[in-house]
Amino acid sequence: MNRTVRLRVNGERHERLVEVRKTLADFLREDLALTGTHVGCEHGVCGACTVLLHGEPVRSCLLLAVQAEDTEITTIEGLADGEQLHPLQQAFWDHHGLQCGFCTPGILLTAKAFLEECPHPTDDEIREALSGNLCRCTGYHFIVEAIRAAAEGRR
Amino acid sequence: MGARYFGAAVKRREDPRFLRGEGRFVDDVTLPGLLHAAFLRSPHAHARVAAIRTEAAAAMPGVVRIFTFSDLERWMKPLPLFGAPPPGLAAAIRFDLRQAPQYPLCRDRARHVGEIVAMVVADSRYRAEDAVERIEVDWEPLPPVVEVRAASEAGAPLLHPEWATNVAVAFTHAIGDTAAAFARAEVTLEETFTIQRYVGMPLEGRGVVAAWDRRDGSVTTWNSTQVSHFVQQGLATVLELPPHKIRVVAPDLGGGFGTKASGYAEDALIPIAARVLGRPVKWIEDRREHMVGAAHARDQVHAIALAARRDGTILAVRDRIWLDLGAYNVWGIVLPYNTVAHLIGPYRIRDLHVDVKAVVTSKTPNAPYRGAGRPEAVFAMDRAVDCLARRLGMDPADIRRRNYIRPDELPYDFGMPYRDGNPLVYDSGDFPAALEAALSAVDYDERRREQGRLRAEGVHRGIGISGYVEGTAIGPFEGATIKLDLSGRVSVATGAVNSGQGHETTFAQIAADALGVPLDWVTVVGGDTAAVPFGVGTFASRSAVTAGNSIADAASEVRSKLVRAAAALLEASPADIEIADGRAAVRGVPDSAVPLARVIQAAIPTFARPGVAAPDFEATAYHHVPTVTYASAVHVAHVEVDVGTGLVKLLRYVVAHDCGKVINPTIVEGQVHGGVAQGVGGALYEEMVYDESGQLLTGTLMDYLVPTAMELPPIETVHLEFPSPRNPLGVKGLGEGGAISPPAAIANAIDDALAPFGVCVTATPASPARLLALLDARQP
Repeated sequence: MNRTVRLRVNGERHERLVEVRKTLADFLREDLALTGTHVGCEHGVCGACTVLLHGEPVRSCLLLAVQAEDTEITTIEGLADGEQLHPLQQAFWDHHGLQCGFCTPGILLTAKAFLEECPHPTDDEIREALSGNLCRCTGYHFIVEAIRAAAEGRR
Repeated sequence: MGARYFGAAVKRREDPRFLRGEGRFVDDVTLPGLLHAAFLRSPHAHARVAAIRTEAAAAMPGVVRIFTFSDLERWMKPLPLFGAPPPGLAAAIRFDLRQAPQYPLCRDRARHVGEIVAMVVADSRYRAEDAVERIEVDWEPLPPVVEVRAASEAGAPLLHPEWATNVAVAFTHAIGDTAAAFARAEVTLEETFTIQRYVGMPLEGRGVVAAWDRRDGSVTTWNSTQVSHFVQQGLATVLELPPHKIRVVAPDLGGGFGTKASGYAEDALIPIAARVLGRPVKWIEDRREHMVGAAHARDQVHAIALAARRDGTILAVRDRIWLDLGAYNVWGIVLPYNTVAHLIGPYRIRDLHVDVKAVVTSKTPNAPYRGAGRPEAVFAMDRAVDCLARRLGMDPADIRRRNYIRPDELPYDFGMPYRDGNPLVYDSGDFPAALEAALSAVDYDERRREQGRLRAEGVHRGIGISGYVEGTAIGPFEGATIKLDLSGRVSVATGAVNSGQGHETTFAQIAADALGVPLDWVTVVGGDTAAVPFGVGTFASRSAVTAGNSIADAASEVRSKLVRAAAALLEASPADIEIADGRAAVRGVPDSAVPLARVIQAAIPTFARPGVAAPDFEATAYHHVPTVTYASAVHVAHVEVDVGTGLVKLLRYVVAHDCGKVINPTIVEGQVHGGVAQGVGGALYEEMVYDESGQLLTGTLMDYLVPTAMELPPIETVHLEFPSPRNPLGVKGLGEGGAISPPAAIANAIDDALAPFGVCVTATPASPARLLALLDARQP
């Protein structure tokens, strides 16, 4: 069964006919070719597929594309301002906050929403905010440093 | 060669694309007309396949074809097997070794949950999975074989009946005279330690895309593998094609950790489907498949005994080891012998006797995973040493001070072979210095003082120490090709695959220094078989050493060619040519400097004249290493145990390590952090649990607990730098080390914290339930 879905992604309007069972993650990756959203577990634990829906982090593997009707989605491709990296992206680069880069999009979007809510976090608060995103490469040490640096840069 | 970039904390050159979501992982590869595969996997641990009916499934919408073993018999060749003992090892030790063929699709018998029985190819993954559910199989269940020691006994149900046993590898290894050492010992200690089954769990699962090109009869396959050239060799056999007709490309990998270095059914099945159907086919592993289909690891039992003097001098080690291989012995002697070769570690011990049995069971096959037999050895040994210290009333630091090999004893020859068959001789390092550096970083004496005070307040904190010496960078070689283009820009291609280690940065640092060009002139490509003819791949902490030195060799050859061409152009002697920062000049004559682009362009023949030299600014090197080089570290864990809940909190974690010459200190630290995080997972959280029927109980990331940022402390790193004499760059392997010691260090810290209760942690993960049970057993 197919249905038309209308939504805005990274500020751009899209209207597509999709199978109702298609996940938002697959829709973003396959129908909109936004392959920066990564699928790590498809059961809502790893957080790699995190996108922002009306600014709030959500698991795009646990949402259907049709549930995103009339929403505003931000994916990793919408984070930088053209050539200018977002301060979080720059901080992750400066502080070696990534290794394989597979979890990175979900972590950056989670961190973006977190810093908007909690602009001056302690390290414990950063670690708690990250606890829904698995990273298997870094041990989180430099990710925490990068987010702290991005927060300090905003002051 | 100047060292402008080598040793510098250069920011990673691969990062911007990942930060923007513009990496290219295997699932990002798409082709016109792409089909999608899904697999029917065995739901049984051990069963005969009596019949398969695919008609109903084949009639489902979107289904292109369904394949079982009999449909593809022509292409069904056994999967690659690894780990035959090399000559030097076979000469020293008699291995009783059995390896059974495994076919990409189950022929008549499934030996673990998750083994592939049928492949559906459809126009979408959703529809392929729909059809998988409609395949009917008549199963005849057979008795599962689950517990490793029971599996090794006579009378156990057999997984490979032609063997008449489940023991796939058996050997005894001895140096010195262990019986005599035990006879003269003043103290002996015996304990049994169990290291659970835990796994690499890269955040990106495996995946394969393959396309058949009818025009020239070639196959291109993108595979999330650490070993492109191995996959190519396997496909040459399966597809009966010469290797140059098979291009294997490793795209960006979302982690590997050894899990993606094994040989897999899907590596062959997707190219076979593409060949048979004449259409491109993609398969992306989902997490549920990964749990049962991607290699597992660890899973050993050690019944270890130490002989010692009352002053804490360790005289001898005796160990009986059982290793649970899962259903197929894919890796031969690799895991069991790695364990044996790393058992002694930094200790000065001359008498060792080990009996090893590696046993097949009806579980997912094991393969080397970050550490590959070493964390198990170190857990058994360092736990035993702490138990001995407690028995003797010694401080765990002091027993190590007494027994660690001193730097003046290096090179230290064990009188036994390493796994590559060469003599096991430690090349460089300072293990006591690492011990003192780690203890001082954690302020050991202060921690001891505070421990007593806090205990009186009911707070139970402990300090645990573990050290290892790791044979890194197994050979025999890695391939690297360097080419300069018309503009002087450099491409470096190597068989070593990057799965997050930062090769695009560190290899460029080596090449830029060796050539005398700016870093941003260098592009690194790893794991494309079309770019370098022979390669091995990334595993065994080998790429910095094997690929790094090949890149340095190839670059210096290209530099010599540039020098000759520049000498011809500048009408000077080659001995007087300098190359730096992308320019060639006559030494002492700065005005003579010309861009390398000019040197290269002058070498190219034109209609007007031949070039001034041959325009061949390219070289390939296959640096051969004499044997492994030994990296080492001491880890110290500081923990607090809640005796009411059994919960362990890691307060601090310190690593003092030696990986030889450091190419990029930031990347080195990141590697240490990541290794430690995985070791912490093994120490406290992660376990693949099977029930008695051979069903996996931990098939999701809700059940298999990968540590989050909440569970990990900041990780403190102390760099010690003892260059390896075994390669020109002086580097040692690094990737695995961080993962080796945490289970031992953390278990030792827990024992230390719970010393008043007399608790002895003999198995990992040290979960709250396990610790509460130990506490309950000890409380009056």
